Amino acid sequence: MASGLRILVPVKRVIDYAIKPRINKAQTGVETAGVKHSLNPFDELSIEEAVRLRERKGPLKVDNILALSAGGAKCADTLRTAMAMGADRAFHIDVADSNDGGLEPLTVAKMLKEVVNKENINLVLLGKQAIDGDQGQTGQMLAGLLGWPQATQASKVDVKDDKGTVEVTHEVDGGVETLRAQLPMVITTDLRLNEPRYASLPNIMKAKKKPLEKKTLADLGVEDKRRLKTLKVTEPPARQGGGKVEDVNGLVSKLKELGAL
Amino acid sequence: MIPIARHSALQAVRSNLRPRAFNQPAASALARLLSTLAVLEQRDGKLQASSLSAIAAAQKLGGPVTAFVAGNNVKGTSAAEAAKIKGLDKVLAVDNEAYEKGLPENYAPLLVENIKKGEYTHIIGGHSAFGKSLLPRVAALLDVQQISDITGIESEDTFVRPIYAGNAILTVQSTDPTKVITVRGTAFQGVETEGGSAGIVEGADPKAPAQTEWVSEELAKSERPDLATASRVVSGGRGLKSKEEFDRVIVPLADSLGAAIGASRAAVDSGFADNSLQVGQTGKNVAPQLYLCAGISGAIQHLAGMKDSKVIAAINKDPDAPIFQVADVGLVGDLFDKVPELTEKLKSQ
Repeated sequence: MASGLRILVPVKRVIDYAIKPRINKAQTGVETAGVKHSLNPFDELSIEEAVRLRERKGPLKVDNILALSAGGAKCADTLRTAMAMGADRAFHIDVADSNDGGLEPLTVAKMLKEVVNKENINLVLLGKQAIDGDQGQTGQMLAGLLGWPQATQASKVDVKDDKGTVEVTHEVDGGVETLRAQLPMVITTDLRLNEPRYASLPNIMKAKKKPLEKKTLADLGVEDKRRLKTLKVTEPPARQGGGKVEDVNGLVSKLKELGAL
Repeated sequence: MIPIARHSALQAVRSNLRPRAFNQPAASALARLLSTLAVLEQRDGKLQASSLSAIAAAQKLGGPVTAFVAGNNVKGTSAAEAAKIKGLDKVLAVDNEAYEKGLPENYAPLLVENIKKGEYTHIIGGHSAFGKSLLPRVAALLDVQQISDITGIESEDTFVRPIYAGNAILTVQSTDPTKVITVRGTAFQGVETEGGSAGIVEGADPKAPAQTEWVSEELAKSERPDLATASRVVSGGRGLKSKEEFDRVIVPLADSLGAAIGASRAAVDSGFADNSLQVGQTGKNVAPQLYLCAGISGAIQHLAGMKDSKVIAAINKDPDAPIFQVADVGLVGDLFDKVPELTEKLKSQ
């Protein structure tokens, strides 16, 4: 079908994975001001996979890799990182920052659907979940809206022929499963898929010259409709460590005391 | 009766003038209409653990619960198994090999058809690989925003779920007419699998084409209890150094306790253990009676998957490892000495 792969890689700017988030005083969300943010780790894997599909020179050539992010002004940094890793161009969908996790997945999926149609995309690579909201929905929702096949939690992506047959091995409970589908399709990435590269300094410089277009939801004809209302965000019940024991005998007797043995 | 009905109908017309007076009847009418579809996961005719947690959550909501199952000849197997579960209204079953592998491309339209026909207010599935892949697609087709991986139900529209790897707990209210929800298995349990006698009813089958073809699967074979539901879990991390050491040290300890085996991401990435054994934000969530871990430092992503365990025990040579802040009992020492010693002690008892 396809003459080449036209890949869309949606990415999200999230609080860095190594940082323990703090809940704000009003209990409406987590503190984001002055907190280190970075590219959602699963999205790094999708960019890496898009770039590797190009480098593999498989039966289908990669025509174009479009990175996209929705959020406040700082998303532009995230998109520059994606372009330094190898994306060709980027769309920044300007959405006001909010402390409740940003757009809902269904809204993001509707937005992506419009971009897919306008940009004639035939492969969308998304992370399996964002590590802030932990929802894991956007890819599946997008596939549903487009009526495309989907493969979630991919650990291997293999373009088999120039007709756009793709085999994906993906993580399921208790092991892996392999699926076959025809492009166009939606794939979400899991940790085992690849090891993302670091952006080199020359590539970071080059990324500054790559095109980054700013758009709004209205440009795409999508409404920021919130269907879920955050009532509160609280600390999880704190767990108190029970202290240490001297030796294995101490461990066994403490476990017995706690009723665990 | 009739004059009363007429009277209240009249009041309803006037309700714009006095909306307050109508809050109460409206709310109870809603409660009466509440009706839940529990989406069951089956494999080779056997119900999977996620099915029971979906039913447990559905029963917690109140209102009638219909269970849904589809696959190869399920009426004689998993549907019959589901019919015995106490408290189900009925079991909708669709016998069709096309749904056996639970491929979302045809399973989602199948569910949507049955949801529309049954006018359910709540659709609940387990947050397993099956539910995670399928239900967001269903939600998008119904144009509703799904609520993932809930750990609590506050009311018919208000739910509790962990965010940021379990470092924050979100209480969220849905304004959607239909609530599509996945539930965390460890938070919803206690379904009685005997004593019920629900009728098995033929579900609608729109026969949507499958766009993906199932090629093969490789499942890790194990005689051990299932990690997600085991009452004891023994877990190893980077400190084990190699797969050989992992197998030599962790496996006998798990045997001596009759425990499932888990691993940290570091251990999985280094090839010490299979990916399906990963415990954490991006792996499995476990909440056993005993979580015993060795050579795991306790990164937040790992803690996300196990900190609801009843008792946590840790063996680590670094006295400052974060795992000791959550462990009920900690032992500082070389796991290559301490774990075999512990295994011997447990065996001799």
